Amino acid sequence: MEKLHLHYPAGAPAAQAVLVGVVASGDLEVLIAPAAAGSCHIVIHSAADGSAARWRAQLDRLFADGQAAAMQMEINDFGATPGVVSLRLAQALEELSA
Amino acid sequence: MSHQQDIARLLQGRSFIELSARERAHSLLDAGSCRELAGPFERLYSPWLSAQGIVTQADDGVVICKGLLDGQPAVIAAIEGSFQGGSLGEVGGAKLASALELAAADNRQGIPTRGVILFETGGVRLQEANLGLAAIAEIHAAIADLTRYQPVIGIIAGTVGCFGGMSIAAGLCSYLIVTREARLGLNGPQVIEQEAGVAEYDSRNRPFIWSLTGGEQRQACALADALLEDDSTLIRQQLLQFMARGLPEQPRHRRSRHYLERLLAMDSAAQADADSARQLFHSGEKP
Amino acid sequence: MSQPTISQRGRDWFHALCGSTPLQKGLPPSLLVADGELAGQPARYVAVVADPHNPFVRARHGEVGLLEGWALAAAIDAAVHADQQETDKRAIVAIIDVPSQAYGRREEAYGIHQALAAAAAAYASARLAGHPVIGLIVGKAMSGAFLAHGYQANRLLALDDAGVMVHAMGKQAAARITLRSVDELETLAASIAPMAYDIASYASLGLLWQLLKVNQPDQPTPADVQRVRSALADALHDIQADPQRGLQQRLHGEHRQATRKVRELLQGQWAENAG
Repeated sequence: MEKLHLHYPAGAPAAQAVLVGVVASGDLEVLIAPAAAGSCHIVIHSAADGSAARWRAQLDRLFADGQAAAMQMEINDFGATPGVVSLRLAQALEELSA
Repeated sequence: MSHQQDIARLLQGRSFIELSARERAHSLLDAGSCRELAGPFERLYSPWLSAQGIVTQADDGVVICKGLLDGQPAVIAAIEGSFQGGSLGEVGGAKLASALELAAADNRQGIPTRGVILFETGGVRLQEANLGLAAIAEIHAAIADLTRYQPVIGIIAGTVGCFGGMSIAAGLCSYLIVTREARLGLNGPQVIEQEAGVAEYDSRNRPFIWSLTGGEQRQACALADALLEDDSTLIRQQLLQFMARGLPEQPRHRRSRHYLERLLAMDSAAQADADSARQLFHSGEKP
Repeated sequence: MSQPTISQRGRDWFHALCGSTPLQKGLPPSLLVADGELAGQPARYVAVVADPHNPFVRARHGEVGLLEGWALAAAIDAAVHADQQETDKRAIVAIIDVPSQAYGRREEAYGIHQALAAAAAAYASARLAGHPVIGLIVGKAMSGAFLAHGYQANRLLALDDAGVMVHAMGKQAAARITLRSVDELETLAASIAPMAYDIASYASLGLLWQLLKVNQPDQPTPADVQRVRSALADALHDIQADPQRGLQQRLHGEHRQATRKVRELLQGQWAENAG
């Protein structure tokens, strides 16, 4: 199991908590909880060993610009493909701004 | 999930099986009444799975929702079949047992809380073996306690089915609702094949497995009370009907003398099939 | 396929504790039931034992099968019914040595889950009705068999012996199902208490009321029987002094911290915004 912590700059605190997905084969669960302004902290537990670089690249694309809401994000990944990861993250961020 | 979405789903008559455990609980409770307890943001992860390097889920695969059913207080415990096969470990098991115990305690204080269990489970989570088994014994105890006051209704929709110690929990429920996708049995097909051989039980023969343990067969044998299409609205309607009916006059598990006689009278040397099972359960019934 | 060996322990301890008390009639030979006494009070002793002529072939090694489940229910329900008007309900002592539930086609087809549910329900109802229910584990207490026969007891006692085992699944089967070798499983079990197969690890979960050392678990000596009888009497008095009839007494083990945390949280949130 791979465990990874990522930190990004962020804007104002997220407005609500969000949960999407499930820790099922080929899928993942994403939890978002509001955090103090300016901070986006992401914890990833992944069943895919050696996936750290892939996670970093994928999350950098979404959060490196510091425009996202301040949040504590938790990802529990049971071997999701990059496509499923993108889909779940998009779904989570969409629900966050809903 | 918003209440508007709840209502929209009910109006559409959507598949129940396709819903997650959380969505199932929301779809059954009266719109706007659902409140999840010990939810995912409490981060009650299984301490035993992570110790074994297995990725955990924030709700440990059990969702407890309190709310109203037709205006009456109720608690729904929903098992998420896609996380670890719906297996019960320490955390999920404690949630389920505790929720039912609290419902029974409510009744002792004059609050008529009902219980609903959405089964989608292979039984004990082997990575937490003895703590899963202990929790299941506590779930049995809680159902036995709560059914002194209120019906406990089990729903097995599929596709995981209901096995192991949790099939015993299903056998303790006042009413059981199943679909054709549901299976209900004590032992999983693979385990029986390993223990008894492929001639006894061919775990890869799906028609055979369903003919013995599928929802349709279980309902035909009166081991389940209602066989429904996979439709959230129909399932909710049936649930409310059973709630309104109150406690059954004689629960299945109270008919020991009857079943013992039938089993002793039957030809146990002959191998079983769907027909012999239906004969067993209907023999000696009043016409 | 596995060929289980037949254990005599359940039978031996049943007879050791009941002496010459006559067996209840009208039950399958795989179920031993006798009304004896415990600490001068009436007690019903119950054991599931191997019947090599069991009409259900998959239940000939002491497994809890269709007949055993329903017959347990009938025997326990009968005691509850008989004592309905009594203030002092007779104790029920389950002597536990059950290698597994029965695995077979007939069993699944004829609803073994319902038979086992009947037994579990009968024990739970007896406990709730005020019968002191004691489980004495003298051999194996495996999975569904244990759930049906003994796990609903107010108090659980076990012999402290290598032949005593409580588990959800036998080692070989568990290894196959979890895609591990038996060696891997054993290594894992050494650090994960709920997965371990030894009775000391099980005791660390807090589910046992007492672990009892005896000299000859297989052929109990008079001193062994005396030791167990006195522990059963202690358990009886402990139950009778306890106003609670649930299983709360099992929640205090060092390895059940998560259980307690979940229960506290749920209880705290239960009544919020009630009404």
